[in-house]
Formats: sequence, structure tokens, C-alpha cells
Amino acid sequence: MAVTVRTFASTGEAAAALSSDRGARYFGGGTLVMRALNEGDISISTIVRASDHALTRIDATGSRVTIGAGVTFARILAECGLSFLHAAARSIGGPAVRNMGTVGGNLFAATPYGDFTVALLALDAMVSVQGGLGSRDVPIEEFLQTRERQTGTLVLAVSFQKPASADAFRYRKIARIKPKGGAVITLAAHLPVSSGRIVGARIALGSMAPTQIRARAAERALEGRTLDGATISAAAAAAIEGTSPADNALASGWYRREIVGVHLRRLLSGQE
Amino acid sequence: MAKTALQFRHNGRDVAIFVDGGTNLLVALRELIGDMTPKFGCGQGGCGACSVLIDGELHLSCLTLAETVAGRSVETLDGIKDGPSLHPLQRAFADNFAAQCGYCTPGILMAAKALLDRNPQPSRAEVVEAISGNICRCTGYEPIINAVLAAASVGRARA
Amino acid sequence: MLELRKDIFADERDDNLKEIGKGTQRQDMLGHVTGTSTYFDDHKLQGMLHLKVVRSTHAHARLRRIDTSEAERAAGVRRIIRGSDVPRNLNTLLSLINFGKDDEPSLAVDKVRYKGEPIVAIVADSPREAYEAIAKVRIDYEPLSAVLDVEDALKPGAPVVNETYPKNAFIYHDIYDHQKLRFGDVERGLAAADHVLEQRYQMSPIEHAPTETNGSIAAPDTNGRYIVYTSTQALFFSLDTCAKILDVPSNTFHFIGGTVGGGFGGKVDTLTEPLSILGAMLTGRPVRYVFGREEEMQYGPPRGAERIYIKDGVMRDGRIVARKIRAYFDSGAYTRLSSYAAVKCAAHLPGPYTIPNVYGDVYCVFTNRTPATAMRGFGVTAMDFAIECQMDKLAHLVGMDPMEFRILNAYRDGDMKAHRREAKNCALIECVQVAAEKAKWPIREDFKRASSRKEGGGSRAAIPPTPRDSYAPVATPSQQRTTYDRAPAASREPPPPPPPPPPRPQAPSHGAARFSSVFGTRRR
Repeated sequence: MAVTVRTFASTGEAAAALSSDRGARYFGGGTLVMRALNEGDISISTIVRASDHALTRIDATGSRVTIGAGVTFARILAECGLSFLHAAARSIGGPAVRNMGTVGGNLFAATPYGDFTVALLALDAMVSVQGGLGSRDVPIEEFLQTRERQTGTLVLAVSFQKPASADAFRYRKIARIKPKGGAVITLAAHLPVSSGRIVGARIALGSMAPTQIRARAAERALEGRTLDGATISAAAAAAIEGTSPADNALASGWYRREIVGVHLRRLLSGQE
Repeated sequence: MAKTALQFRHNGRDVAIFVDGGTNLLVALRELIGDMTPKFGCGQGGCGACSVLIDGELHLSCLTLAETVAGRSVETLDGIKDGPSLHPLQRAFADNFAAQCGYCTPGILMAAKALLDRNPQPSRAEVVEAISGNICRCTGYEPIINAVLAAASVGRARA
Repeated sequence: MLELRKDIFADERDDNLKEIGKGTQRQDMLGHVTGTSTYFDDHKLQGMLHLKVVRSTHAHARLRRIDTSEAERAAGVRRIIRGSDVPRNLNTLLSLINFGKDDEPSLAVDKVRYKGEPIVAIVADSPREAYEAIAKVRIDYEPLSAVLDVEDALKPGAPVVNETYPKNAFIYHDIYDHQKLRFGDVERGLAAADHVLEQRYQMSPIEHAPTETNGSIAAPDTNGRYIVYTSTQALFFSLDTCAKILDVPSNTFHFIGGTVGGGFGGKVDTLTEPLSILGAMLTGRPVRYVFGREEEMQYGPPRGAERIYIKDGVMRDGRIVARKIRAYFDSGAYTRLSSYAAVKCAAHLPGPYTIPNVYGDVYCVFTNRTPATAMRGFGVTAMDFAIECQMDKLAHLVGMDPMEFRILNAYRDGDMKAHRREAKNCALIECVQVAAEKAKWPIREDFKRASSRKEGGGSRAAIPPTPRDSYAPVATPSQQRTTYDRAPAASREPPPPPPPPPPRPQAPSHGAARFSSVFGTRRR
């Protein structure tokens, strides 16, 4: 049977269509769902789309940023107000993938993909999802932990506080092929500083567990301290805690554990 | 079987086809329109062999739902010649030995065209970035990069 | 353009040639840059059907039952093909030149020998319908223990991968379970050496990853013939293979190919053509069988993995006096072309160096891994990698510059190679000198002056007395561990005892002696 394509004007209708059909998937940029169809994934029998313009809106004027789930990485790169996210957006695919892939889709991209989500996790984003009676916000960490069960969920947008300064947000993707390649590991850090000390540090890691995770032990090592050599060493040493990286074609789990501290040190010390 | 009617501009010409649900643009172009220039390499967005321009923007046709191009303009390698004359990029690729098996060539030419259309004088780094989504297993990329730069310098000479 | 060093190769080429040495345009370039070069998949045929295969989910299992009844009733399915539908469901690629025994089915019948082995083919109106039918095929597997390591596979009691070769090694000339090279007395050479270095090298399989995946389209033609558009790198080889498997005269087929979207050796195995033609025969319609990317990467044949042990004896002054090599080529579950790879591997020993005592045993081993195939210098590249790593380590061991160490040991014109042929037109010394010059790597004056044309032959041209192997199983001396060696001790197994001495090598009876590179029998 051919696949059924259903396009709705409103996100509410699209969400209802998604939740009522186990074989339905929301089709954003196509880089995940069409890929699955091309590889013969017959569990997908219905494609749901929504033409609501809210899905492609970016609001970066205030201190809180909202990015519609259908915004592509190319759009992020064209948005001056989101320059802190440009490194993360540029690290995804080649130009064609960035013209297609969306912020919402990236939330569902399994390892070794999903780099942008690592940045969102470090920014403590809220994921706005369409419920039966309108939208509700889910903390990104909770969203990722239950991602397996979210295939029928329609994501509307992500939102987060802008980092206080350009230096407070950092991102690093380790790939074997440059400029384009799947991640060996991905790191992002949000390091707000208050009177010289780090307050509310968030460090996120990609490819270090089945989903993107926070490096909580490293965060604790930074909390309340100045970002000096001793603090960075303590955080780097703690980076591995709570991780469970898998082997894949890009690297072994062993290798990922070996390098995560090295790259966290470089990220924190501002090394190239 | 229910099919969806679809009209769009293909290399400057209006076309109309009926597609099955879930058909990707690559299949629509190759099997329904008969434009064999975009190639299937992976179906995953990993190789770039199926690259086309949609409203001037580089897209992977194998991951594009065909019906989303309704009313839009799709450009493939088949459309970049000017009558019998090769596009400067095609000329430069031939002169610089930038194709070996030729399978990735249509996609790389479209990626290069997307670059030169908006940035006629790219740096070497910008060329590398522009073709970074395209895999060539034969040439090692150097002749391709040189060809794109050569085409840009031809454009500069003309301007 | 290539640079010809006239100072080194003064007499190698006439400068008045019209084409050689000058750039010329490829005849297919215009087609490539305009996208009009026609690849196998660029054919739109009326009423074309799509073929997909059901692949084994086990590396090694008996097939108890294959139930296709539900799949046969699935929407869009035109035909289900099973092993019993294939006229000659057992083949080996090099049987066309009488080399090796038929060992591989087109569709598995009683047993699967690697994960991903095709079991059932489904011909349907669309790829989607073929995929849906695949999900409806029920296969009852009885899992068997799998062997995934070449040395484990040769141990007594190892699971038999491929019943055609019950000892899990390819058999040459119906007798030999490996390729053997003996030149001089390697044990005496090792005993007399100032240093002995033994190392283990392991290479992984490598996927060719052509941008165009393997595939073919077969269509009934008039006069009972079939047109076959194919990605094959070896058109007539594939044609004859199909004629054999489908048990029809080869003029039944009109193969069209030649424009290949990258091959590198991965498109000689005739993986898709027999089934797409059979599909066309059974349905009377054009049938297309193309690998998806995942199929290509996972189940397309790779360059085979190799495990190589090298034990060298070297003198303090840098001369290598003995080289003993044991190598295992991982063929995967079937022979394909690995039997030939092992021949090439043995023929490459001991690398381009004049060594008075050389000993080599090269095995082509069956394991429950994806069958390996050709890839750019297969059989040679991995061995070269191992030998050149070893050369660096030996140079380090004797405190010599690695470039100078190679110049010292390189073949020179007139030297006797371990294969008992005289070395001619040698150029390694000159290559090393030029590489050193380009890399601004300092080498000493006398090494800069060394030449392949000087100081060869003489005592270096002699064939040393070579003892016959003694066939009592010998205990291998415990292997020397060095700082380089990270191999787990557990994997160090003594080599299997060599087979009993044959009375005489038997001349092949199949009249294929002209294929000397395969058989090595030209000089009978």
C-alpha cells in the first residue's frame, strides 16, 4: 500500500491525526521520515503535515527565544540574533541538509545525529508540544528521556533564555570528516557567570548515551567556581560520569569515553 | 490507488504528473518525468547525488516529498546548459578532470551552481563548504574544487 | 601531469610518442558533465517490477522452514522466488576459469552462512509492496554456533561454515589448504640473526562504498532473449555467470553496461543479475533489483580482512636475513575471489626486498562473515601495510633511518627473488630517494648514490639450498612480545600442522594453465 499523505492547516488537527494513527509520522524536513521510507520502513503508513506558519516562525527579539519546530538550520544561520547557535547549526550536514532539516526534527534524530539538540539541552530549552487542548511545555530533558514514546507527538516550537554573553555559550562537535560528518561526540556548555563565579552551569553531551544527556558531575565541579585551570580539570575529569556511549561505525564507546574529558577541557578553556 | 496531481516548473517548463502517496522528488523526476540527471546514491541524505535546486535553493530530491514542490521551480543538471553551450561549470569540470565515474557529478554541479548563483567569487574554503554534502569516491575532490574555482574565475573574466 | 624523472629513467620512454605522456580528454566526460551518461538504473521500462530479497538475520543457522504463503497473497506481489526456482543454485565465481568448487547458492536453501545472506526473493509492483511482503515471510531458523575469527575457524572442532570446504580453508589443486613459499632456510636465518622481531597485524574489512549501489534491470527481449542493464564491472564475466546459474546458453543474454557509478572491485560478484533475470523469466516483465544503501554497506562484499604474523631476523648492520610470514585471508562464508587474493598475497612475499631466507604460508579461510571480494590490489595491500609497518619497526630496532633501511634491503637488478625469478627493472631505491628528497628527509650521501642498477646479482642471484618441510607437527616457539605488540596473548595460536607432502603437484586437468596468475602453473 502506498503511503497516505495528510496535510492540515492547523497544528491541532495534525496532532489529532498523529495521535490517532500508530503508523503516522509527522513530516518536517524529510531527513528522518523520508530516509526511513526509502530504506523500506513499512511501519510508517501515514505522513502528517501542517501548513501553520507558526511552525516556521523565529522570535529572537527579547531575552527569551522561540524557534518554530519547522525552522531549518539554514534559517538559523541567516538570523543574526541567533549567532550563538550558528556553530551548532553549521555543524549539521551539508548545505542541502541544512536547507531541509528542522529544529523540531533534530529532537528526534538518533545518535550519531541530533547535534543541535545538544545545544538546546545545554540552553535548558522548553519543548512546546501540541496536546489535546492546546500546547504545553515540556522540559527538554524530560522530552528526551521519553523520546521513544514521542513519535506520535507534534512538536510546535522550542524556547529558551538567550545566554547572557557570547562567551557563556559554547559548542563543539567532534567529527572525523570536515566540514561534514557524523558526530564522534558533541558537547555544548552554558556557563552563566555572576560576580566572577559560574552559577547554573549546564553541560550537554551527544553520542555519550542513547539520547543526549547532561554531564551533571562536570556541572557540579563548575558550580560556584571561577573558570580557572583547577576547575576545568575537575570538570574534565568528571565528564565521563553517568555516560554510556555505544560503539558505532564512527567510534567505539571506549574511544568516546577516552576523549570526552579532553574535549570538555578544550571547550571550557576556549581552545580551538 | 489514490494518486495526487502535481504541477511544478521543471527546468523552466511546466510539468504535471500524478504521484503515489509518499513518492519522493527523485523518483518523480526520474520515473515520471524522465529526467535521469539526479542520481540515487543513498536515499538517506548522505551522498548528495540527487541534489537539485528548488526555487534556487539546494535540496536533496531523495528526501523531498514530491508534492511539496507544487507550484515551485525545480532545477536539475538537465536544465543548466544554455542551448547547445555548456554552462561554465560544466566546461570547467571537463577541463579540470573533475569527473571520473561521473555518478556524483550531477549533484556536485548543482551544489556548485547553488554556491556561484549567490556567491560568484567564492574562496576555496567556501567551495569546500558548498560541496561538503556531496560524496565523490573517485577523484579525491581536489579537481572538483579547482573546477569550481576555475568556473568562478571565468565568470569574473566575463563580468 | 605525471613527472618522468629522466635522470633516473633515461631510457624508459621515447619522447616522440603522440599520446603517451600527454593529457587527453576522457571520451565519457561530456556525458558526465551533462548528466547524459547512461547508468544501469537510467532506464525507464514499461511495466517494470521491483525485486527485493529476504535476508538472513543470523550469521549461521539451519533453515527449518520457509513460509511464504502470507507473502504470496500480499498486495502487489507478482512472484516469490526460492532457492528451488534457481536452475543451478550453486556457483563459485572463478568456476568460469575452472578454479575452485561451486560453494554459494543464489538463494539459501538448507542453511545460512552469514548475516544478510539472501533466502527468498520477492518480485512486486513497487518497492514498497516488496518491503511489505518481506515482512510477511516467516523463516524458522535453528541457530548454529558461528565462527567469526580466521584462526578459530582453522582449529579442530570449529563449526563448519561451508560444507564444500569442511576444514574452513580453500583447497588449492584439490590438495593444499594454503599457499606456500619456501626460499632458503628461514629457521637457520632467524637463529643467526642479531635481532628477531615477531609482530601480529590485523586489517578490517573495507567497504568500497560506490556512490551507485549494485543493481541490474533485466527485461524480456524478442526471440526469447533478455536485455540486462547492469552495474557490473565485468560485463562478460557476469554474463557467463548468469548463463551458468540460469542454465541457458550465454547468447540468451544481451548485457549492457560499462558506465559504472564507482566500482573499486565491489561490482564483480554478479550479485543482482541472476535474480533480476530469473524474475524477468518467471514474470515475463522487466525486473529491477537494486541494493539500498544499507544493503550495499552491510551485505555488499567488502575487501576481506587479513591477519598477518611476520617474524623477521635482522642483523645489526640492517640487513634482513630471514622473513617468516603466516597470513590468513578472511573470505567470509563463500569463496568469491578470495582464493585468488591468497595467491596474490603469497606472490607478493617478502615485499620488494632481497632477503636470503623467506618462508610464507597464506590461508584463505571461511568464516561466518560477509563474503569478501576484490578491491584495489586485494591480497597485496594489507600484506604491504604489514610489511612496511614491520620495516619501520625493524629500522627502529637496529637504530637505522627507515628510508636508508629500505634502500639497504631493496631489490636490485639481477637479484633472485624468493619466487625464483630474477628481479628486473627495479626502482624502489630511486622511489625512496625521490620520496626523501620531496619530503626534505635527510639521507646519507652513500644512500643518495645507491642505485637499483648497481651491486645487484652476484651472490644475490643465487637460489639458496632450501630444506623440505618436515611434516611432524612442530611446537611453535613462544612468541616474542615487544613493546609494539598489543595483541591479546589468547589469540596467539600455533599454526595448524601443514598437510602431508603430496607426491607431486598435480597438473590441473581443466586446461586453464594459461591463467598463470591464478594457478601459478605456467612453468610446469
